[in-house]
Amino acid sequence: MDARILQEFRAIVDQRGLITSPEQLHTYECDGLTNFRVLPQAVLLPDSAAQVQGIVRVCHRERIPFVARGSGTGLSGGALPVEKGIVISLARMNRILEVDLPNARVVVEPGVINLDVTGRVSPHGFFYAPDPSSQSVCSIGGNVAENSGGAHCLKYGFTTTHVLGLEVVMPDGSLVHLGGRTLDAPGYDLPGVFVGSEGTLGVTTKVILRIVKRPECIQTLLAAFGTTGEAGAAVSGIIAAGMVPAAIEMMDNLAIQAAEAAVHANYPNCGGLLLVELDGPTAEVAALMEKVNEICNGCGATEVRLAQSDAERAVFWKGRKAAFAAVGRISPNYLVQDGVIPRTSLPSVLTEIERLSAEAGIKVANVFHAGDGNLHPLVLYDRRIEGQEHAAEALAIRILELCIEAGGSITGEHGVGEEKKMMMGKMYSEPDLETMQLVRCAFDPLQLSNPSKVFPRPRLCGEKPGRYEPHPLEVAGLAERF
Amino acid sequence: MAPSQSSPAAGAAAADVAWDELRGIIGAEHVREAGASDAVAGVQPRMVAEPADEKQLAAVLRWANDAGVALAPRGGGTKTGWGNPPARVDLVLATSRLNRIIEYAWADLTVVVEAGTAIHTLQQALAKHGQHVATDPLWPERATVGGILSTNDSGALRLRFGALRDLVIGVTLALPDGTLAKSGGKVVKNVAGYDLPKLATGALGTLGVITQASFRLHPLASEARTLTFRAASFVDANRLILAAQDSPLAHTGLQARFAHDAPAAVDIRFEGTTAGIEAQCGTVRKMATAGTEIGEFSDVWAAREALWSPGGDAVTLAKFSVLPSKISAACEAIRRAAEQGDMQWRIVVQGTGLGWVCLESPRPAAIHAGLVALRAEFEREAGSLFVAQHPARMTPFDAWGSAGDALPVMLRVKQQFDPRGILNPGRFVGGI
Repeated sequence: MDARILQEFRAIVDQRGLITSPEQLHTYECDGLTNFRVLPQAVLLPDSAAQVQGIVRVCHRERIPFVARGSGTGLSGGALPVEKGIVISLARMNRILEVDLPNARVVVEPGVINLDVTGRVSPHGFFYAPDPSSQSVCSIGGNVAENSGGAHCLKYGFTTTHVLGLEVVMPDGSLVHLGGRTLDAPGYDLPGVFVGSEGTLGVTTKVILRIVKRPECIQTLLAAFGTTGEAGAAVSGIIAAGMVPAAIEMMDNLAIQAAEAAVHANYPNCGGLLLVELDGPTAEVAALMEKVNEICNGCGATEVRLAQSDAERAVFWKGRKAAFAAVGRISPNYLVQDGVIPRTSLPSVLTEIERLSAEAGIKVANVFHAGDGNLHPLVLYDRRIEGQEHAAEALAIRILELCIEAGGSITGEHGVGEEKKMMMGKMYSEPDLETMQLVRCAFDPLQLSNPSKVFPRPRLCGEKPGRYEPHPLEVAGLAERF
Repeated sequence: MAPSQSSPAAGAAAADVAWDELRGIIGAEHVREAGASDAVAGVQPRMVAEPADEKQLAAVLRWANDAGVALAPRGGGTKTGWGNPPARVDLVLATSRLNRIIEYAWADLTVVVEAGTAIHTLQQALAKHGQHVATDPLWPERATVGGILSTNDSGALRLRFGALRDLVIGVTLALPDGTLAKSGGKVVKNVAGYDLPKLATGALGTLGVITQASFRLHPLASEARTLTFRAASFVDANRLILAAQDSPLAHTGLQARFAHDAPAAVDIRFEGTTAGIEAQCGTVRKMATAGTEIGEFSDVWAAREALWSPGGDAVTLAKFSVLPSKISAACEAIRRAAEQGDMQWRIVVQGTGLGWVCLESPRPAAIHAGLVALRAEFEREAGSLFVAQHPARMTPFDAWGSAGDALPVMLRVKQQFDPRGILNPGRFVGGI
């Protein structure tokens, strides 16, 4: 990178906040999706919104693409650096700025760790609801970018449900405030589009979060079934009975084995395991849990356990939350997928995954947020065996296609990122994608903020929407459509 | 610069519009001359068009865009007065014939429905499987799916189930160039691409016309009970609201009602099992001041809609948004403003800090002064004031208030979606 520009960056973030040595840059060459790697030109660690603005202004002037990064736990390559670009790490902006308990608001900087928000407010009986499995390390800024979910979003919603307002450094370096402390701020719901935009619309420097009062009672039930089909029937039964549990999680045998090997959660060795969590007023939970118990038994549960203490609840969850990493115990390499299907398609989609898995000779472990149809198939392979990685990738893609065919989505909470952008064209038509990109053009006409992510191809802003006309860059041979 | 001012097409008079072309697109019998009741925020349109389906609707948009015809999308017409008067409106584009439930997957708790479907019609269909879209908008018999989304109208259920933005999981938008674009889908959890359903919600039809929407559904409660408590003052009511919010109660409604001529009251609703409701009623009774419980009335949740019932030109209706801890201060400010202007006043405010106020006075100048004072006061405390209805003779008053430093971004979004400014020009925030 140009020494003059580096000097300018150094003046903004100080030597301490600028990383340029190749060995240190390697730390930032990928996020949680490690099969994509790009070495950034530099990594900058600002500690204020003003510094972020300074960096982005330089990028805007020099046309340098930038990628914002939180803790780098993302699973779709959202924080993957881009060629000839820099990384803006928000790790130093990790202060909880304000806790307003009467109004259940917390104002944080983007580098604050998800679980630390709950840690800060739990003495007062509150929690921050979105709980991705990585919540002990992932950052709020990253959650905002990805619209992270978690096991409890069935009842409590996603990151977007809990973000009331944002301070954002726009891709031209200007600072804007979207939404606010109160509801229904005048104008378009820009926090609504910014959350989940995967870093393509700007860099958030402050987030106004909504926290939730801890329910009076939380009960977690573990039920073992002979097959995932039976477990799925129990899920349907619970939903049909008019309940909205706080969470319903399902694991198949391979996932159970992996979790057991890793964290010894004492799960029964069965074909399909369900975790059902209910929360609310004690009397309400007690009455409904009895019903859940009946439904599970009616669907052929071989064992039903109700956690008798918070400690036991934590153990139930430990196996589930560790499942992704645990798969490393039973397979040298694996791909995590994140498809969504209408919940009722679960049996047919699972059968088809099983068939495809047998056909390809690639094992698939399944972990689901069963209540909302979010599947996390873990495709297991061994990179050292010739052709397996390719076969695993092909199978993962085929599974996402199944999700689309079932009327679902290619991603429920991990984001599109680099990994699935070529699948976007299978889920959405060209006009659908072009319309989404109108938002991109309004925020970032030069496409500097995490470019080349999410969409299969960049939109040349200034095109007439809908109808094809060659862009001047195309005519000049500087860009092409594909 | 507002798009409505930037577009040369928007300035061109639409006097010589080739209405026959429109008749050709959707059939002459579905195009009619607009009457006085078709006025949009006081501005008289020329024609009303009722396309048969979303393809026709998109074709009408494309035609209007090419011809420079300014239009106002309309559902049930219950909130056509909301927003600023349009800079121009030639055509009302009615979604009345887009009124089918397309797919109701009750076991998946989702529904896909056309935008012109009345809320009540939709809820009746969903009730057959014990479900509903967990929202309680104004005038549900007439208000449509597209209308409540575009105006972001929500009632007491919002406190527990979220706003429409949290319930809508997909939309199809018809854009001015005739594009029909889907975003989101029919699964509850989906982060593929930008969340355009949220962008369209509350956009007052200024970015595109919603032609269909999908929602996540909730089970209808098997049992519900509302308790009402008398409050000695704004502060007293606010105290009970904050206490309930700071408790593990799982209430599905929490509102305060105040009026110039009636005692203050706080209503709280519980739903679920008999045992759960019973226990929660016990808890809330301990929170409230002894002896203040008035009784159980399920109709108190109609209070928001009842604010409109006086009718007539003397009535002003405004929505305010404040922090829940500032509810009493906001209501005090309303009373002060009302008394200074010798106005009658009534307020319904929810535990979320969203409230509605009705001001009544034969003197438009008094109402204007009150609104100016109230908006300044609420905005100072990070809140806002939206004026839905005011006397026709009142000095013009921006319906929305300030969008702050986000306005330039909003203008650019508008410019991208509606570059010629044909959709509801001038009705939205900041001249959009």
